[in-house]
Amino acid sequence: MTDPQNTPEAVTVLEARAIAKSFLGNIALDNVDFSLKRGEIHALLGENGAGKSTLIKILTGVYTRDSGTIRLDGAEVSPANVGEAQVLGIGTVYQEVNLLENLTVAENLFLGRQPRRFGLTDRREMRRRSRELLARYGLDIDVDALLSTYSVAIRQIIAIARAVDLSGKVLVLDEPTASLDAQEVEVLFSMLRKLKADGLGIILITHFLNQVYAVADRVTVLRNGKLVGSRDLDGLPRMELISMMLGRELQHVTRDHQASEGDVPAGDAAIHFSDYGKRGSVSPFDLAIRPGEVVGVAGLLGSGRSETAFLLFGIDRADSGTATVDGREIALTSPEAAIANGFGFCPEERKTDGIIGDFSVAENIALALQARQGWAKPIPSRKKQALAEEFIRSLDIRPADPDRPIKFLSGGNQQKAILARWLATNPRLLILDEPTRGIDIGAHAEILKMIEKLCAEGMSLVVISSELEELTAIAHRVIVLSDRKHIAELSGAEVTADNIMHAIAAPNRTEAA
Amino acid sequence: MIHSRNLPFVTTLAIFVIAYALCALQFPAMLSTRVIGNLLVDNAFLGIAAVGMTFVILSGGIDLSIGSVIAFTSVFVAVAVGSFGLHPLTAFALVLVISTAFGSAMGAMIRYLQIPPFVVTLAGMFLARGAAYLISTQSVPISHPFIDSVQEFYFRFPGGGRLTAMSMLMIAVFVIGGIIASRTKFGANVYALGGNPQSAELMGVPVGRTTIGIYATSGFLSGLAGIVYTFYTSSGYSLATVGVELDAIAAVVIGGTLLTGGTGLIAGTFVGILIQGLIQTYIVFDGTLSSWWTKIVIGILLFVFIVLQRGIIWYSNRRIDIARLKGA
Ligand SMILES: Nc1ncnc2c1ncn2[C@@H]1O[C@H](COP(=O)(O)OP(=O)(O)OP(=O)(O)O)[C@@H](O)[C@H]1O
Ligand SMILES: [Mg+2]
Repeated sequence: MTDPQNTPEAVTVLEARAIAKSFLGNIALDNVDFSLKRGEIHALLGENGAGKSTLIKILTGVYTRDSGTIRLDGAEVSPANVGEAQVLGIGTVYQEVNLLENLTVAENLFLGRQPRRFGLTDRREMRRRSRELLARYGLDIDVDALLSTYSVAIRQIIAIARAVDLSGKVLVLDEPTASLDAQEVEVLFSMLRKLKADGLGIILITHFLNQVYAVADRVTVLRNGKLVGSRDLDGLPRMELISMMLGRELQHVTRDHQASEGDVPAGDAAIHFSDYGKRGSVSPFDLAIRPGEVVGVAGLLGSGRSETAFLLFGIDRADSGTATVDGREIALTSPEAAIANGFGFCPEERKTDGIIGDFSVAENIALALQARQGWAKPIPSRKKQALAEEFIRSLDIRPADPDRPIKFLSGGNQQKAILARWLATNPRLLILDEPTRGIDIGAHAEILKMIEKLCAEGMSLVVISSELEELTAIAHRVIVLSDRKHIAELSGAEVTADNIMHAIAAPNRTEAA
Repeated sequence: MIHSRNLPFVTTLAIFVIAYALCALQFPAMLSTRVIGNLLVDNAFLGIAAVGMTFVILSGGIDLSIGSVIAFTSVFVAVAVGSFGLHPLTAFALVLVISTAFGSAMGAMIRYLQIPPFVVTLAGMFLARGAAYLISTQSVPISHPFIDSVQEFYFRFPGGGRLTAMSMLMIAVFVIGGIIASRTKFGANVYALGGNPQSAELMGVPVGRTTIGIYATSGFLSGLAGIVYTFYTSSGYSLATVGVELDAIAAVVIGGTLLTGGTGLIAGTFVGILIQGLIQTYIVFDGTLSSWWTKIVIGILLFVFIVLQRGIIWYSNRRIDIARLKGA
């Protein structure tokens, strides 16, 4: 561990030594050391299930450690709950849902530290400070409205604003960027740089290596609960970092767009949407999808990407146009109707409504298939088990135990199970909204490979993604949305990150973040 | 604009005003201050208990022990004053300590043994009722100069109505309860727990302390309700107030608090109590209706309100979705 670029004043603010933790005999952390300096952004990396979130939860008092010591500013500390960690000056955005939907934005921001006047909560002051706080993130919203009225992205910013405001010494962000778009990430990062300059120590967990290289100074890598090492990012090649994380080289599957019209199995489009739209949601569009084709959907947040998916899957009802499958007109009046026609949809808000925590991994995977068969015909548990084992293997879900309640899996592994749920229905058209968010770089490659294989077997796919590299890697065609309109379609050799970016930026954009 | 979370309360209030107007059209005498005064006295103990129940339900829990604790309190006070010659104030202080400790113990079991509130407070219900029988199975009359003088204390409204000490106490409990719920850290934590206990914990809410505090509050207010009940009936009886917890739940739900927790207002419970009182009063005025009609009407109202709440939630979710689509 050498730190040539650090000034002498860069002293350690948080130091964890030999932290160990096991859950019911499974070792999640095995004598891990971690240290954070004042005024540094420290990335904590590792595969899904490596133990990152567990380490954070031990440092912030959610879990009790089996052994090890934690020092804050040199003094030994042992926060017994999140409240105590907050008092010590550690603010955290956890990977799971962080806020309360039944409270207002202002109440969420100041829960547990309400400004008081004459001993009672000063609501006016709370509102004023909330507005002020959010303004720093370019957010001008009604702080008296319930949190549930806002989108995931806005909630994420609110959660970050709360944590930043709480953190006197240490700020911890566990995958904070998973539901933010590029612009919002930039706002967040400039905020982090400012906080860093003020001397805050920041721990950042993310699966986006670009982001790591963009803001982090140092990186600590965990693998299977063990410390692989801590390094300065300066002069650490990306490939070396990846092999630290995976323990092996990454085989490159990303074919940087050679996919062309020719790759698509010949044949006519089987699924047609014509003049399909809904007032106030998405303007009418035409879309024809061939078997085995991957159609990408690109656009900024709020451009109508998710809304397009809602229409295709019958969550929103179209008020114009027709949908046909194999020449037969179908009525997509509800998700059930869409599922009956062989559609599948893996939504973006998996965090909030994807998993049933107390159900086992196998049951969670079998859920959509069961729904399609009807609840009257239960899937035999042996079949569920076999199905689960198949996907645990192909998506590398860890730990490979179909009977474990899914809430005990790491965030990324839960994500994989949800993806498996839809793949298990063997749909003819699968709609994926941000399929690889929160999934580690190794699994990411596996999933892309799996998608290619399924398409080769004739499944059609609509993929919504903010990551242009992901789209260019798998999509045969990309539809670009802006202002709730389909404004461009790129196909074959035109599908490049540059072209998509230009298409997004080209028209007169009116929406704000 | 009315914020959607206040919608159930506003609906309840509107229903009360309309119902009262209809009653008054039929029986103009129902507008008199005397009727209003009686309505408050008759429901004072229920109102106080319902404030505790509101906190419990807001946090996503339930307290089934309330009726039994009220009975226990009244028997305890009657015997302590009548047979042991304690001063009523001493007896009150003692019984409030006992009922608060009882509530805290239930809260601690719910939190630390992770037993559902329904089960813990069901056990508490049997326990408190049994303890009341142990003290006395008879109805114990109580008389003491202090109690008489409190019973005789009231403000007179123009028109002959009386605002008794017990009514004032209930109103005070509602006001203080309302302030605690909306303007203190503890109140905010109660709403947080009702919204999502896991998130609340990750946001630093002291879940254990808050849970114990909630059930302690409910225990304390049940004790207070028991004291008021003793004044109201001038006796203590271990068979009394069976099922009062259900009346309290009804008042809370009719008042617009969601049984799932996290949404509702103390003021709503007050209106819920008023609606129940109004129905009783109407039945008295009508004269031909059996008092069981109170239960039937409350049953119907509960159904209506629950359906209404579902409707409101469905509608506001839709509006939220639309807003999200348009805004984002
Ligand atoms: N509450 C729990 N009970 C049982 N096992 C758990 C619990 N929390 C985590 N684990 C296990 O501990 C290991 C580490 O999980 P952790 O959540 O720390 O992973 P992670 O590095 O954050 O992964 P991801 O990138 O997917 O979020 C996993 O094997 C997980 O299954
Ligand atoms: Mg994690």
